[in-house]
Amino acid sequence: MNRSRSRTYRTSGVVLRQYPLGEADRIVSILTPDLGKVRAVAKGVRRPNGRLRGHLDLTNVIDFAASYGRNLDVITEAVLRDDHPASRVDLERLSHSIYVCEIADLFSQERYASRELYQLVKETLEALGEVSDPWLIARWYEQHVLDVTGFRPQLEHCVECDSALEPRDHVIDLAAGGVLCPQCRGLGIGQKVQVSELAMRVLRHLQRTESIASLGEPTLHDGLRNEVERISSRYIRSIVERDIRSADFTRRASSV
Amino acid sequence: MTSPAAYTVAPIARLIEEFSKLPGIGPKSAQRLAFHLIRMPEQHAHELAAAIIGVKDSVAMCSRCFNLTEDDPCNICGDPGRDPQRICVVEEALDVLALERTHSYRGLYHVLHGAISPMNGIGPDHLKIQPLLKRLSSEDVQEIILATNPNVEGDATAMYIHGLISPLGVSVTRPARGLPVGGDLEYADESTLGRAIEGRQVF
Repeated sequence: MNRSRSRTYRTSGVVLRQYPLGEADRIVSILTPDLGKVRAVAKGVRRPNGRLRGHLDLTNVIDFAASYGRNLDVITEAVLRDDHPASRVDLERLSHSIYVCEIADLFSQERYASRELYQLVKETLEALGEVSDPWLIARWYEQHVLDVTGFRPQLEHCVECDSALEPRDHVIDLAAGGVLCPQCRGLGIGQKVQVSELAMRVLRHLQRTESIASLGEPTLHDGLRNEVERISSRYIRSIVERDIRSADFTRRASSV
Repeated sequence: MTSPAAYTVAPIARLIEEFSKLPGIGPKSAQRLAFHLIRMPEQHAHELAAAIIGVKDSVAMCSRCFNLTEDDPCNICGDPGRDPQRICVVEEALDVLALERTHSYRGLYHVLHGAISPMNGIGPDHLKIQPLLKRLSSEDVQEIILATNPNVEGDATAMYIHGLISPLGVSVTRPARGLPVGGDLEYADESTLGRAIEGRQVF
């Protein structure tokens, strides 16, 4: 990023969200590596010949320049770097890409830079265009967003007594942020979610696997997928305190 | 601090408040519009008021295509000169006007009244997708043109509808994408330019 006295800046970002503004403008929410999330006005972007149009679509990776504003910055220039063409023609991949952006929007803060989160979002969007199982990528992404934002659930030891967990069914205490061993089940402080031994194994695999390339292609039956998704979703909802709106469409898109 | 509304005559304050409820109109623009109306000849003001009331009283949705209309079915659905075997699916009634201005399309329309916007909680059930499927089962349709906006939400909507209607054996098309007339090549994004090159035609 280059700051100059003219109160402008230049950086890269992933377009997370857009809202219409006035007749032809949009407010665009962009996740950047060095400025955190920025909200900026893209003028004339809804007109067919708007100069910025096409560059600033949801999920796009862009280089852009903007000037600082009193309330909102103003985008002065934008160049498209990646619009994930493989995801734009596949509903399942596209819906998962939208989900990735919504989660990033919920876990990022304005002007609070997190290079790790930016890199994670960028890599996940790229991977969604390449892999055969978008569902698995989305679950891996959830665990790693929780990790880089400081909400990583404790799945290896009991959150109360720190004892190692035996391979069996357990419960996750949402407010405590992890699994309770059988002896500590009654001590939890929040809502509890049952987690089967198999689901626990999948969640640990997702959490421990550092890169998408090392995830492999595990065969998971529908019941197990539903359980893992439900547990992750409830854990995330307990943190952001609202529903993840795009999750429902992601499920529907996968079945069309 | 006393609000500026306290110094304004009550009916004017009310008018300003009503104008500021309109999309894209802030308090300053609302104030300008209100004072413009006051300076306007009385006849014009009455005509404007009558037009606003008239539009709310007489405009409804066409029961077939969901376009905004005074009569049901609308002028387009009721026109025997139109090709009933082609349906162009658009997001908004305004898109029908835009397509009609081209004079290039003589088929029928279906207005969805929005696009799937998962982050804003707008799913397929909020749109007129089910009525479209009903139309396809009861009408002899050969081609569906999915003319939703060429952005992520428009693409998601088009792909979702395509997934639902592809088993019906109807031909599904999407308008070509490319460079806007009068636009500058240097300002086109890679995506648009790439699609324009892919869809090039013999000169």
